[in-house]
Order: sequence, then C-alpha cells, then structure tokens
Amino acid sequence: MGLIEFQNVSKNYGQVQALTQVSLNLEANKIYGLLGRNGAGKTTMLNILTNKIFPTVGQVLLNCENVTENDNAQTQMFYMSEMNLYPEGMRVGQAFRWTKEFYPNFATDYAHSLAQKFGLSTKKKVKALSTGYNSIFKLIITLATNAPIIIFDEPILGLDANHRDLFYKELLAKYNETPQTVIISTHLIDEVADILEEAIIIKSGDIILQQPVEQMLQSAYTVSGEESKVDEFAADKKVIHQEMLGRFKSATIYGECHSEERELAASLNLDITSAPLQKLFIYLTN
Amino acid sequence: MVNYRCNEPLNTLSFGCERMLFDFNSEKPLYMQLAEAIEDNILKGIFVEESQVPSTTEVSVNYKINPATAAKGVNLLVEEGIVYKKRGIGMFVCSGAKGKIAAKRRSTFYEKYIVSLLEEAKKLSIDKNDIISMIEGSN
Repeated sequence: MGLIEFQNVSKNYGQVQALTQVSLNLEANKIYGLLGRNGAGKTTMLNILTNKIFPTVGQVLLNCENVTENDNAQTQMFYMSEMNLYPEGMRVGQAFRWTKEFYPNFATDYAHSLAQKFGLSTKKKVKALSTGYNSIFKLIITLATNAPIIIFDEPILGLDANHRDLFYKELLAKYNETPQTVIISTHLIDEVADILEEAIIIKSGDIILQQPVEQMLQSAYTVSGEESKVDEFAADKKVIHQEMLGRFKSATIYGECHSEERELAASLNLDITSAPLQKLFIYLTN
Repeated sequence: MVNYRCNEPLNTLSFGCERMLFDFNSEKPLYMQLAEAIEDNILKGIFVEESQVPSTTEVSVNYKINPATAAKGVNLLVEEGIVYKKRGIGMFVCSGAKGKIAAKRRSTFYEKYIVSLLEEAKKLSIDKNDIISMIEGSN
C-alpha cells in the first residue's frame, strides 16, 4: 500500500472529462515526476490531492485517510500552486512568517538563507516580483515548509539557467538531508529526468505509464548511420522518431536494445545511443 | 548533467567511433557511467586506495542526480570490492582496487580499443605497419 493512493478518480468539468478513472500509488520519500502535455490533467490531479477541488468519482487517500476536507491530511502536504495565494501588499519576509502560522515546521532561517542565495530581497512586495522571482519565492516557501509531501507545479517557470541549477542542487541537498515525498509536475522533461526516481506519464486524463526513470530510458534507443542501413535495421522495428541530414539518418526505436540488436547495428556500421526521455514522452503522448 | 557527460572517461572521447562496435557507453544507464567515472579516478590516482570517495549525497547534489541512482552506482563498486563502507564515516577505496580495475579493463582492452582502432584504420586505408610505426613513434 502506498502513501498516496488515487482510487478510480474521475473529474468532469461540465461535459469535459479531465480525469478518467485514475488509479495511482505513490510511496513515501521518493522523487516523482508527473509528466504530461498542457491540459493532460496534471493540475487537476494535484488540485484534488490538495483539496482545491473535489473528484466527481473516486477518492484519494493519504496514509489510508481520505484527503478531501481533511485538515490533518492537508497539513502533511504543501503545494506550490501556480496561483498566487498571498494577500495583496504582503512582503516576502512577512509571507515567510505567515506560512509558519499554517506550517509550524517552516524553517525561517533556511528560507532566508535560500532567499540570499537566489538574490531575492525579503523586503520586496510579493506582487511586485518578476515572473522568475515569483517562482523563486514560491520554491523557497515550498522547500522550507518541511511538509512530508511537497509538490512543485512547473517549478522552473521563468527561471534562468543559473537559478534552475541552484534550485535542483538545493532540492537534492534538502532531500538528501531529510527525505520527503516530492512530486514535480512539468513538461520540461529532460531537465528533471536525472533527479527523478519515478516518472508518471499522464495523457488526456489517463495515466499511461508509471515507471522508474531508468527503466523508461531503456525502453528506447537511437540508431544512426547511413540511410539505407538504418532503414534495414529499423525495418521490423517500431520507429518513433527520425531525422535526416543528407544520407545520414537517425531513428529512435521503441523497444529494448539487446545484444542481438547491438550486433546487427555493428554489422551495419550503425551507432547506438540512448534516446532522450523527452522524445519518448512525445511519442507516448502523441 | 552537462558537466558530468563532458567528464566521461577518456576512452569514449579518443575513440569516438568505437561506440558502434562494442562500447555502448553513451547508452549505458547513469549509475553505470557513475561507477566507471569513479573507477577512472581510482585508476588515475585521484582517489587513492584507503582514501575516501565522494559520498552519494555529494555526487547527487553536484551532478544533480537522484540519490537512489548515485547509491546504485556506488553499490555496484561495493559489490565488486572496489570501495567499501565505513559505518558512519563514508565510502573508501579498497586496497588493491586499482589492480582489480586494471585487470578488469585489460580483459576488454582488445575488444574496446584494438578492434575499433583497426576498423577506423581500414576506413582511412592505414595499414598495419603504419599503425605499428605510429605506436612506436609515440613512445
């Protein structure tokens, strides 16, 4: 039994079915990636989990308790929502103090040290922050809550390369020190692939795959070389993506690469490399 | 991850073409690449026997990889008797590790390097004598 369980959860918005009988099990203290295209149902799932909306059918359990209208369950989780829920005119430092009222384990000193590392002035008004700093502000609050479950929704929206790097490092440093259950919802897959333990792929309200990232990466590979040789190699295989450059061709193949495939590729003078998770994702969600 | 992939063992950089034959380094899971990178540093004498290797936490944070992946890579080396755990302190290089790694890699040297060397030489019409004189010249 998992820490978080979605049991046959469906959600309708009028005629539109946003989630269709989603069943899902998440274990404690793993880093999960919730991956899906725009409108796939990622946020709907997280909104149900965090009691922002109710499921039409089914239920979500946390430690065997229904999460809906359950304060005890809700204080176990912190959701960095896309929306800004802080009062108009509140300053960053005040927001830290305010969050501590609701999450007593909020680490104020840690939040301030993160603010300094990211160059976020705690005297600034939340409403006056740029897109990037608004994300940073929410990331810092989420990291500092010390809730057993922390949920990031598109955490790196508007962050520059240095700040993204810093975020990943701080998240992993925190996680290494005190493991938490982390859920990262994003469509920027290759960026987060290496920090995830498991990936959940959602498509049109349906969970189509839940697997350790390592296993997922081994379910596809890329073969490249001279066009006719690549075609010969790929003839009886499932090609999910291909690119041409003159007579040079590379084909991404869905399936595991066994020694049989390696030998064939070698005899045809073809190069085998790993396929990026993003390509696999595009194929699976198209 | 860019840092780490640039830091790949020298063998893939100097023999770019051999990957299509026997070395599927770039296609290897991350944890295996990590284990190999640590082995490389032991071979080069950067991690000396009986000295401490970076912890899984350090590896995880610096290379931005999941700690479970980092631990898997290190455990691979523990199983092979290349590093060992000192409880509460960290991971250390076993004495004799360097010899062990060298022996393991010697056994695949022919397949990994010589075969691809000859393959490339064939493409460039470099004959065996030319190769031999190049090797002698480089000494």
